[in-house]
Amino acid sequence: MVDTRVVNSSVMERKAEVKNLDFYYGSAKALKSVSMVVWDRRVTALIGPSGCGKTTLLRCFNRMHDLYPGNRYDGEILLDGVNILEKQIDPIEVRMRVSMVFQRPNPFPKSIYENVAYGLRVQGITEKSLLDEKVEKALQGAALWNEAKDRLKEPAYNLSGGQQQRLCIARAIATEPNIVLFDEPTSALDPIATSSIEELMNELKEQVTILIVTHSMQQAARVSDYTAFMYLGEMVEFNETNLLFNKPADQKTQDYVSGRFG
Amino acid sequence: MAQAEFSQSNSQSDYLQQIRASVARRELISKLFGVLGLLVISIATLILIALVAQLFVQGIPRLNWKFFTSFPSSDFNEAGILSAWVGSLLVMLTTMVIAVPLGVAAGIYLEEYAPKNWLAALIEINVTNLAGVPSIVYGLLALGLFSTVLNLGESILTAGLTLALLILPIVIVTTREALRAIPSSLREAAYALGASRWQMIWDHILPYSSGSILTGIIIGLSRAIGETAPLITIGALTYIAFLPPSPIQSQFPFISFEWLTAPFTVLPIQMFNWVSRPQPEFQVNAAAAGVVLILLTLTLNAFAIYLRYRLRKGVKW
Ligand SMILES: Nc1ncnc2c1ncn2[C@@H]1O[C@H](COP(=O)(O)OP(=O)(O)O)[C@@H](O)[C@H]1O
Ligand SMILES: [Mg+2]
Repeated sequence: MVDTRVVNSSVMERKAEVKNLDFYYGSAKALKSVSMVVWDRRVTALIGPSGCGKTTLLRCFNRMHDLYPGNRYDGEILLDGVNILEKQIDPIEVRMRVSMVFQRPNPFPKSIYENVAYGLRVQGITEKSLLDEKVEKALQGAALWNEAKDRLKEPAYNLSGGQQQRLCIARAIATEPNIVLFDEPTSALDPIATSSIEELMNELKEQVTILIVTHSMQQAARVSDYTAFMYLGEMVEFNETNLLFNKPADQKTQDYVSGRFG
Repeated sequence: MAQAEFSQSNSQSDYLQQIRASVARRELISKLFGVLGLLVISIATLILIALVAQLFVQGIPRLNWKFFTSFPSSDFNEAGILSAWVGSLLVMLTTMVIAVPLGVAAGIYLEEYAPKNWLAALIEINVTNLAGVPSIVYGLLALGLFSTVLNLGESILTAGLTLALLILPIVIVTTREALRAIPSSLREAAYALGASRWQMIWDHILPYSSGSILTGIIIGLSRAIGETAPLITIGALTYIAFLPPSPIQSQFPFISFEWLTAPFTVLPIQMFNWVSRPQPEFQVNAAAAGVVLILLTLTLNAFAIYLRYRLRKGVKW
């Protein structure tokens, strides 16, 4: 059996790098000197018990925390070598390059088409034919085109939960971002919808770098190339997924992946 | 052994009976309250229906084309509500044009932009309290500020400004509530795609809450349409036998805003004027004007309900 990872690793590039990141909700410190690498066009999973700071870390990547007063970052997240946490960098610019899929499907109460087109419109694209083309491409990328192509004008709420989440994925990839963040994207879905989204992620990583938070170790094992285990706001261990699960270096990781706590 | 079992089942049936008695007692109280409530609401509704019915019985025979196209007159058979309904229409139009943008903008600012500090809290308390200020106080304020200081006189513009002030708190408060009802997941979805705050508001939050905002606007307007006291205070006429200049002109530039400075009267004032006449025939005129006013208010409210239904149908979360 050929380990494709080793073959690929010769051309592997760093898409993003977190360096000594602290994060504060007001005075509460939620991330403690976190460091990790996000490899280009790989899936990186964040795992750890509830409340350990996975979502908090994820939302640093698109500066979502800037929306609420009192939040503070300390440290760096380098995206293609530039620190996106720098004050001079507009969070809007960051969010145009790093998009996000949320825990619960949250399509806009608009048509399927408008949902996917919104990010493109925000970026100033108005030409109808170009919008059509990109919407179709995104829906195809999210494996929703066949189901949705005849009902693009219908409200997004007519779709099932799993379809809505795939619509949210289409919305997130339509602008061809550098990174797509997923925050427990299947926690509100049934097993069939879950596996279709996991399959999708495997296809998506050809085009885009993926960072996914999941509470399910099985899911992390199934979809990710790299896994980061977090505990109480700290990065305990970060490694290739099969190494982290099979040969954990840290005792806490060992306990967590063998199901002894969490 | 058998005896023990027997006594146990016996005590169990005792217990059951106790429960049943207690349930029956509580259900009786519940039913009594239901009956009482029904009684109270029936009385209230009946009184209202009786009042409206009397008004309709008295007023409807008087409603004809001529009534709508005649100026008031000392001859009750000639008298009509032309100047009153035109006045009401123009004053409402002015009120709306002033209150809606101001109120919605203020609501958006307070809810989405203003930092949540003591100043915002102070403004919030003030706005909420303004909604409860008696309307005549607004009339006094307007008399001083608009009529005298700004020298706008006893005009439609003054009336529009006064009523706009009066309904501004209603518009602001309903706008804020409508915006607050939009879940944060939708806001975050828009922001996550790189929308600016204004894009998030304009493309999402406003359209999704427009049904509720419109309802608030219409509730405000249907309050304004019945207001009498503040308009009398600012010097609305009780008798007027001419119309304001037409907003549409035959020559360039085809529209004119001269009507804004014209004197005016409105339906409730016309009604009040007729009610205070001694001749019983004028009471009939007053009833007829009342019918028109009630129908106008009901239409506005029906329109609000329709809009809310239409605009919310496609929007759920
Ligand atoms: N908005 C917030 N304000 C204050 N504390 C928060 C906020 N969100 C999360 N936290 C706290 O930060 C810690 C990490 O939370 P989170 O990142 O949501 O954990 P996870 O996603 O791993 O379950 C928790 O202790 C949580 O209580
Ligand atoms: Mg979380």
